[in-house]
Amino acid sequence: MPSTRDLTRRIRSVKGTQQITKAMKMVAAAKLRRAQTAVTNARPFADTLSKVLASVASRTEESHPLLERRDCAKTWLVVVTSDKGLCGSFNANLLRQVGRDLRAGRWSNVEVVAIGRKGSDFFRRREWTIVHQERDTMNKVSPADGPRLGGMFMKAFIDGRVDEVWLAYNKFVSVIRQQITLEQLLPIEPPEADTDATETTTDYLYEPDAAGLLAELLPRYVETQVQRVLYDSAAAEQAARMTSMEAATKNAGEMIDALTMLYNRTRQAAITKELIEIVSGAQALGD
Amino acid sequence: MADRLHLEIVTPSRRVVEAEVDEVRLPGALGEMGVLPGHIPLLTSLAAGPLTYFAGSQVTRYAVRGGFAEVLPDRVTVLAAVAEAPADIDLDAARGRLQAAQEKLKSATAEDLDELTTEVRLAETEIEVAGGGAH
Repeated sequence: MPSTRDLTRRIRSVKGTQQITKAMKMVAAAKLRRAQTAVTNARPFADTLSKVLASVASRTEESHPLLERRDCAKTWLVVVTSDKGLCGSFNANLLRQVGRDLRAGRWSNVEVVAIGRKGSDFFRRREWTIVHQERDTMNKVSPADGPRLGGMFMKAFIDGRVDEVWLAYNKFVSVIRQQITLEQLLPIEPPEADTDATETTTDYLYEPDAAGLLAELLPRYVETQVQRVLYDSAAAEQAARMTSMEAATKNAGEMIDALTMLYNRTRQAAITKELIEIVSGAQALGD
Repeated sequence: MADRLHLEIVTPSRRVVEAEVDEVRLPGALGEMGVLPGHIPLLTSLAAGPLTYFAGSQVTRYAVRGGFAEVLPDRVTVLAAVAEAPADIDLDAARGRLQAAQEKLKSATAEDLDELTTEVRLAETEIEVAGGGAH
């Protein structure tokens, strides 16, 4: 049986850990709120853009380099993970899924773009080539990151260095749920026009012309997509961290309860033992 | 027919304006255009320039750059990379950028030309919108 002193020490240490996990949970909750605001604020732009693009794409025969489908010689897989750990199975789940897809030979010739430190660490130790990595982006996603990364992908695509670009990331569904999502970024699959909505059936006048508009819309669309994915992943990360830190705090509480119980019992046993010793000592003297 | 327009200006980071207005003037790619309620559906790309809208007797101006406008009979949606209200514009910074861009323009190569002209126009617009007067 452990001594009472060992037990008090352990209880104190677990309490310290609990305080830390609790603080981390609070911080994650605050960051989550901010990340969610970013997601919500970015939505009107992205939605309207998809709608407009769907409308233009469905009504024009114009082609554009970004729409061009080529025989897939080389693929880039962009894996968006977090920079920091302690967010439960957030990164592990995504990387396991991606690793499975890669091993199954889903893409014939694939290179990895690792956004986030965790993913980059993962792929460094494995057989796949990393073409580009970002180890300090996901800590603080800025509105300039989407255009920057999107621009990089588009340039590589148009230069013919890559024939397809895919995105793998955690989609923010709700605070307790993240969904692993795999999407094709390039070549662009124009979003489906919503046939129910009346405005998509409107025939627009185009200014300057459909081709010119398309040439401006498509790059913006790619940038917005990348930005959306980054925001989504950042929000999902904070949500995952919050949930796992909450669980950790709860576990620490349970552990403290169990240890306190054990401590009390040990203490009582020690007292009882001493009493017995005294009593039997007194009796031995009296006899 | 609708007698007012529902105007929305959104940028990638937020929705800047949502208002019922009487008239909107946009810096279209092919020149400035005015939109009144009942306009035929139109999609246009936007140049850098001032966007003005009228609601009653109230006139509001914004400096916008890079984007599109979707015009419907009762609705105008503007997707802009940048949309700034006069209050948000730092006049001195805009003047500084204007000067810097004009300097660079003197020694610009053909490929930078577009970007620099846009920069000059945006800075000019910002100064104009913010009420900086002649430059």
